[in-house]
Amino acid sequence: MDLVTPVFWVFAGWSVVSAVLCITRRNPISSALWLVSTMFALAGIYVLLDAQFIAAVQVIVYAGAIMVLFLFVIMLLNVGDAPREWRRWPVGLLGVGLAAVLGAQLMMLGGYGRQRLADEFSTQPAPVNPALVFPEGMASAAAVAERGVVGAVAEPLFTAYLIPFEITSVLLLTAVIGAVVLAKKKL
Amino acid sequence: MTSLVWLTILFPLLGAVINGAIAIRRPEAKGLVSLVGVGALLGSFAVAIGIFLEVLAGDGTATRVLLWQWMPVTERLSIDLTLQVDRLSTVMLLVITGVGSLIHLFSVGYMKSDPGYARYFAYLNLFVAFMLVLVLGASLPVSFIGWEGVGLCSYLLIGFWYEVDANSDAGKKAFLANRIGDFGVLMAMFLLWWHVGTLDYDGLARQAPEVLAYAGAPVTLIALLLFLGCTGKSAQIPLFTWLPDAMAGPTPVSALIHAATMVTAGVFLVVRTGVIFSLAPVAMEVVAITGALTAFFAATIALRQNDIKKVLAYSTVSQLGYMFLAVGTGAWAAGIFHLVTHAFFKALLFLGSGSVIHAMHHAQHAAHAHGDAQDMRLMGGLRRAMPWTFVLMGIATLAIAGVPPLAGFWSKDEILAAAFVRGGGNTIYLVAWGLGLLAALMTAFYMARLMAMTFFGRFRGGDTLEPHLHEAPAVMTGPLVVLGLLSIVGGVLNLPGFAGGSHYLAHWLEPVTDATLPYLDRLEMPHGMTELLLVGGAITIALVGLALGMWTTLRRPVLTPAATPAATGLARVLEGKYFIDELYQKVFVGPTVWFSRRVLWQGIDQFLVDRMGVGGTARVAKGLGWLGSRLQNGHVALYLTLFVAGVVLLMRAVIGGAP
Amino acid sequence: MLLGPSLALSAVLFTLGVLGVLVRRNAIVVFMCVELMLNAVNLSFVALAQVHGLGGQVMVIFVMTVAAAEAAVGLAIILAIFRHAQSVDLRQLTLLKG
Repeated sequence: MDLVTPVFWVFAGWSVVSAVLCITRRNPISSALWLVSTMFALAGIYVLLDAQFIAAVQVIVYAGAIMVLFLFVIMLLNVGDAPREWRRWPVGLLGVGLAAVLGAQLMMLGGYGRQRLADEFSTQPAPVNPALVFPEGMASAAAVAERGVVGAVAEPLFTAYLIPFEITSVLLLTAVIGAVVLAKKKL
Repeated sequence: MTSLVWLTILFPLLGAVINGAIAIRRPEAKGLVSLVGVGALLGSFAVAIGIFLEVLAGDGTATRVLLWQWMPVTERLSIDLTLQVDRLSTVMLLVITGVGSLIHLFSVGYMKSDPGYARYFAYLNLFVAFMLVLVLGASLPVSFIGWEGVGLCSYLLIGFWYEVDANSDAGKKAFLANRIGDFGVLMAMFLLWWHVGTLDYDGLARQAPEVLAYAGAPVTLIALLLFLGCTGKSAQIPLFTWLPDAMAGPTPVSALIHAATMVTAGVFLVVRTGVIFSLAPVAMEVVAITGALTAFFAATIALRQNDIKKVLAYSTVSQLGYMFLAVGTGAWAAGIFHLVTHAFFKALLFLGSGSVIHAMHHAQHAAHAHGDAQDMRLMGGLRRAMPWTFVLMGIATLAIAGVPPLAGFWSKDEILAAAFVRGGGNTIYLVAWGLGLLAALMTAFYMARLMAMTFFGRFRGGDTLEPHLHEAPAVMTGPLVVLGLLSIVGGVLNLPGFAGGSHYLAHWLEPVTDATLPYLDRLEMPHGMTELLLVGGAITIALVGLALGMWTTLRRPVLTPAATPAATGLARVLEGKYFIDELYQKVFVGPTVWFSRRVLWQGIDQFLVDRMGVGGTARVAKGLGWLGSRLQNGHVALYLTLFVAGVVLLMRAVIGGAP
Repeated sequence: MLLGPSLALSAVLFTLGVLGVLVRRNAIVVFMCVELMLNAVNLSFVALAQVHGLGGQVMVIFVMTVAAAEAAVGLAIILAIFRHAQSVDLRQLTLLKG
């Protein structure tokens, strides 16, 4: 417990620095690599949040597969350093301003304290199953303790979320076909 | 028979429908048109005679024939289409169908070669139908149907030869002048409804005296508004200017509509609503003095007109003025009497002039000459070629001038006597009497001038025309003869005491007019010496006027239009008809046109509606479209930025508060 | 627990992603910034799963699936665009102009 919080902050700092570098590097390959770095940091945080399976998938699928795809495309297109990578200043400034405002708004969501969340649940006609609400924040840990790291995720995925899961497979199939159609010069 | 009174309306209406259909499908079928057109009128006249005989045998109570409920809105507001047959409407019925039949018959000859023959008879039949609705209606709204209908037919027939702009303009002028009057009638109807609660003539006669105070403001206003309608329909000051222009229509139309029947509708309406007028002495004075002034001024204008129909038109305006003078004094019977005799002799005069114009026109046609077939300065000496027309028009002239024992003398004399009697207690009526007397003198004068210029002296239309002049066919002279006889004997209807009569028409109309008696001073007709003096004076004036007219016209040769020098002084004013038209043009028409053009058309319609409203909307849409197209510039980057901006706004909406 | 810090971190990363999307011109980098935003959301899901049960973690699985599909199709589109315009610069991509 004592160790978790400092480690969390280390990972948090790591991820933020990586993200900043990701969006500021001119070279897209640098950006992609810093994004991979961010993802590793996030995977660490997932472990701290009792989501070990997600952390693994993050590293394998996200950082491994998806980002490799990005790097592959970058290298395929051979896009080097852009001479003028940034937007011109009025548009850029507008973007920075908008992002700042949005960030501030997201931070304000912190105003959604625990009490308020509880209030909203209590006022909703059909609240989430109260058994699933763990005010102490031990839901993930409890599930892991009960069904193991993979089983904790697999149990809801193949029961409550079975139909969305199957639909997701259709989505992936569609994406595969779409990607082939788009990328191929001639079918 | 009385319950079949609707047949008198149905016949001409059917005639109008059939002739209208013929006019569209087979305009050349003139025989059929004549049969239908004249037959409808004769049928209607036969029914009218039957009704007359029944009314003659009756005791004078009105018969009301309910055709159907027209507007049954509520218990209180329920207007029925009811016809009322009483002694007044019977007189009108006889005059309209009788004179109407004669004029239809005359038209068969007059319009024979006109391509619009069927259309003409359709209009004419329709007119008769509406006119009968007007006089037979048992309430103001029903009469108003006819009132508007005859206005429509008048418009159609004035502009009958619509290929010439001036003719359709004259039609429009008549229609517009009548509109002003109709406004008065409508307002009067609303006010009557408001105050009395009924529009039925019977109901008005019974209830109006109970509800409306004698000489009060409401009843005076109502009477004056009704009279405004009459000035429009009957061409009185200030709305008389349309009638002379209405001569643009075919001459039988002038005889039927603009002399014998429609223009007398105003007089009829005043008599019909006599109770209301008798409750408003001020309105009575206005009616009388307006009538007298109209009689006088129209007569002065007639003195200097050269168009044969224009003379007769102003003469009609003048005679209508007499009728209003009569009803203005409360001498209802005298007004109706003059209405009837005037219908006879003025129809005769118009048809006679039609016969003359017909002859002139055919002579010009035969000689391949062109000229004005109505200008008296181009006529002269026609008595040799047209003896029948000459004799009959002569009779009519004597009748209108007031030479005993012809019809016009009796009616006009009675009107002047009534005005004289009323003048004893009221200066206004005395002035009216004086004006009437002067107008009588001028009437004799201008009619003698008309006769002299047309029938006496030497023919001035050119030698080539003269051999082609000939009398009209029998179908035209026949009606003239009948009208001539009526003009001679028409006076027996209402012979006064000294001539062995007993004011038959006056007594005959008493069931209708008695309702006004409690509110009018009794009209004590002069007797003995005064009466004889008045009658002698009237005869003298008529004879002097005739003699003066003949003498001044024949004293020296009449100048043809080309040789006539420009008139000066008073003559110019009279020839210019007091420039009333010009005055109206300047005062009313000009500003209205200016206002319509500058403000309504260019200001409001073109600028506000078109440029600002329609154009402005288009410009705003275009501007918005331009803005939108700036957004839609294809740059994904901009879309992304806007997308994020939208998210920010949504967030703000969801979580509330700043930012 | 670390719910609050996790959510704060998620907000920061999401904002950085948005910033990247708004200021970068390279379409591929913009794409990567979108991935960064997705990751930030994933972090929220995982953090909230501690409180509300494992549905959040399942949701992360779905997000990753969608991200994979999106990456595949999106990169294919970028390939096609590059073939067409010889560039992946957003400023030169005005094909959407009406």
